Amino acid sequence: MTEMTGAKALITSLEKEGVDVIFGLPGGANLPIYDALVDADFRHILVRHEQSAAHMADGYARVKRKAGVCFATSGPGATNLITGIATAYADSSPMIAVTGQVPLGMIGKDAFQETDIIGVANPCTKYAFQPRTAVEIPEMVKKSFYIAESGRPGPVLIDIPKDVQQSTADINFPDLIKVRGYNPIIDPDLANVGKAVELLLAAQKPIIMAGGGVILSGAFSELQALAESVMAPVVTTFKGKGAFPENHPLAMGPIGMHGHPEANRIILEADLIIAVGARFSDRSVGRFDEFGKGMNIIHMDIDPAEIGKNKSVDLAIVGDVKSSLRTMVKMISKKVTKRGFENEWLKRRKELIDYYSETLKDYPREITAKKSLKKLRELLPPESIVTTEVGQCQMWASLHFDVISPGTFFSSTGLGTMGFGFPASIGAKAARPDVSVVDIAGDGSFNMTENSLAVSVIEKLPVIVFLLNNYMLGMVAQWQRTFYDRRYMGVEQHNCPDYVKIAEAYGANGIRVETMSELEKAINSALRSELPTVIDIPIDPDEDVFPFVAPGTGLKDMITGA
Amino acid sequence: MSIIEPRSKHLHIISSLVENKPGVLFRITNLFRARNFNIESITVGTTEQPDLSRMTITTKIDEYTLDQLIKQLRKLIDVVEVKQLDIDNTVYRELALIKMQATDSATKMEITNYASVFRANILDIGKKSITVEITGTPDKIDAFKNLIEHYGIVEMARTGVSALLRGN
Repeated sequence: MTEMTGAKALITSLEKEGVDVIFGLPGGANLPIYDALVDADFRHILVRHEQSAAHMADGYARVKRKAGVCFATSGPGATNLITGIATAYADSSPMIAVTGQVPLGMIGKDAFQETDIIGVANPCTKYAFQPRTAVEIPEMVKKSFYIAESGRPGPVLIDIPKDVQQSTADINFPDLIKVRGYNPIIDPDLANVGKAVELLLAAQKPIIMAGGGVILSGAFSELQALAESVMAPVVTTFKGKGAFPENHPLAMGPIGMHGHPEANRIILEADLIIAVGARFSDRSVGRFDEFGKGMNIIHMDIDPAEIGKNKSVDLAIVGDVKSSLRTMVKMISKKVTKRGFENEWLKRRKELIDYYSETLKDYPREITAKKSLKKLRELLPPESIVTTEVGQCQMWASLHFDVISPGTFFSSTGLGTMGFGFPASIGAKAARPDVSVVDIAGDGSFNMTENSLAVSVIEKLPVIVFLLNNYMLGMVAQWQRTFYDRRYMGVEQHNCPDYVKIAEAYGANGIRVETMSELEKAINSALRSELPTVIDIPIDPDEDVFPFVAPGTGLKDMITGA
Repeated sequence: MSIIEPRSKHLHIISSLVENKPGVLFRITNLFRARNFNIESITVGTTEQPDLSRMTITTKIDEYTLDQLIKQLRKLIDVVEVKQLDIDNTVYRELALIKMQATDSATKMEITNYASVFRANILDIGKKSITVEITGTPDKIDAFKNLIEHYGIVEMARTGVSALLRGN
């Protein structure tokens, strides 16, 4: 027991959880917390907008696979965090958001900068706490980390009234906590794994569909071992992109709305799908009723509520996919000797890849999104981390940027938050300062959080903004072209702003490129720079993302070109 | 003739134990709203353990939605236990207070007679109204309500269902 303030109890609790960096912005209702931060043992990174604080914490969390922490004040500070919290929730990213709140006696009085943030955050948090006394804080912090990081990860909010931060009490830091209503299942049911192995070995054309769960649990080597033990091609969901090295001889890339054509095609021809840490989202599977029709589907996931939610399956294995995969591989290795690459199914894989690489035409320009991304892949060290914004840039990244080192590609795949990629890349850089970090951006998204350039410069977290710039809300424009007879509305950016000048105004490098050789030079100089670099890559506003599975249609209805 | 109609085919009763603390009911009802789960009734009250409340939910939904509702409920941190009760092995009751128009003594006598057949109690008699308390399964209460509806219901309050599994 030590006498201290609630604010100090919070900071000490965070130190005990091993927190090394916090992203935040102070205000009236969290001043006591900021005062306690002065003596804290970890780094505080001041953001320019709270939304970016949440995205930075999210980017940090995805790289570290442990909770990222962000701070905001009450009212607008807290509501500004919400987009970032909802993004983390949709992508199951662990996060602790700490908000200030008006003093207890003022709650419910519509006080200045008062928002019922517990109520607002409820649908997009795993849990939310509001301590009413300082002594509750250490236990709540410990529970928050446990809830955020275990099971299916997600964001947890701690909303602390200002007088609770200020009040002094005898504080005790618990070593053990128990949350009786929360018992995530880690190890799978062995009988079910046994059944899955039988189905898998009986299948002639098995396919593995790897989702974000593989990345969240770091089950990369286990996934690879499974694929190689049964010689099954591996497709991923978009969230699962990079769960499996995309240069591996079994890799097929992401399926879905803007999936790789060969991946969308081969999954229609399989006789068994084993979904690993995936949730059959509409974006990935197109139509729920058509997907996997007539095939056996095995679903592995840590969240029991995902079983049967979008797709009824033949067999479910609930548990951490790392543990489930490990058990599965062990069982398989006892039953079969290793299979070779020489079989009809893998020949078909090769055939499809060759067919589409010959069929799909490149957009006829000196610089295109596709060529730029291929060049980036060529020059970027494999262990570099890549984030993306949302829209065409994101889907081009999915199609044309191969992830080689597993778990190095992060995007707002569930919520689809424009403005995620840049602050997330800064968070990623804070987590891994030793590797290069690139945000594959579009101009529309970059506009939303570009003021994080200040953070990138001042905090010496240099990242590369790879700006595929068509001065358009390109994906919306593509849909208006495709579905609304080219009746453009609200998509043009009118060559504004000048991104080189924007970068320079913040003290960062800005480079505009006109040719592929200039792009190559720009990437190389950005990789060497101690400063963040915005590479402005002008692309044609008419360049579409293809292939494309239109909403409401099935993967078989994929459109491969205009 | 049975005065209690057979129970509805698709009525499901879900019994759950939840943390007895502020905000729990909000989290649960917000979940129902967000995921479009329709429920017939929800009751909350204390249990033999002071830190736990029992929440009884009745709903008429298909099996798929029921499965999702139970799984999503279990996912909530404040929900400690969720059970679907087998209606054939469950005792369940609801209480209703019904205030009816009854201006003359003949009507009052008729309603009193019906009430006694349904083992309902007369709680209050005014100059122009009579108030009845009835306990039973929702179907029994519906049956009584249908019977006396033509007198004119002034106000009605139903509690929703409370339920427990039968003992061994």
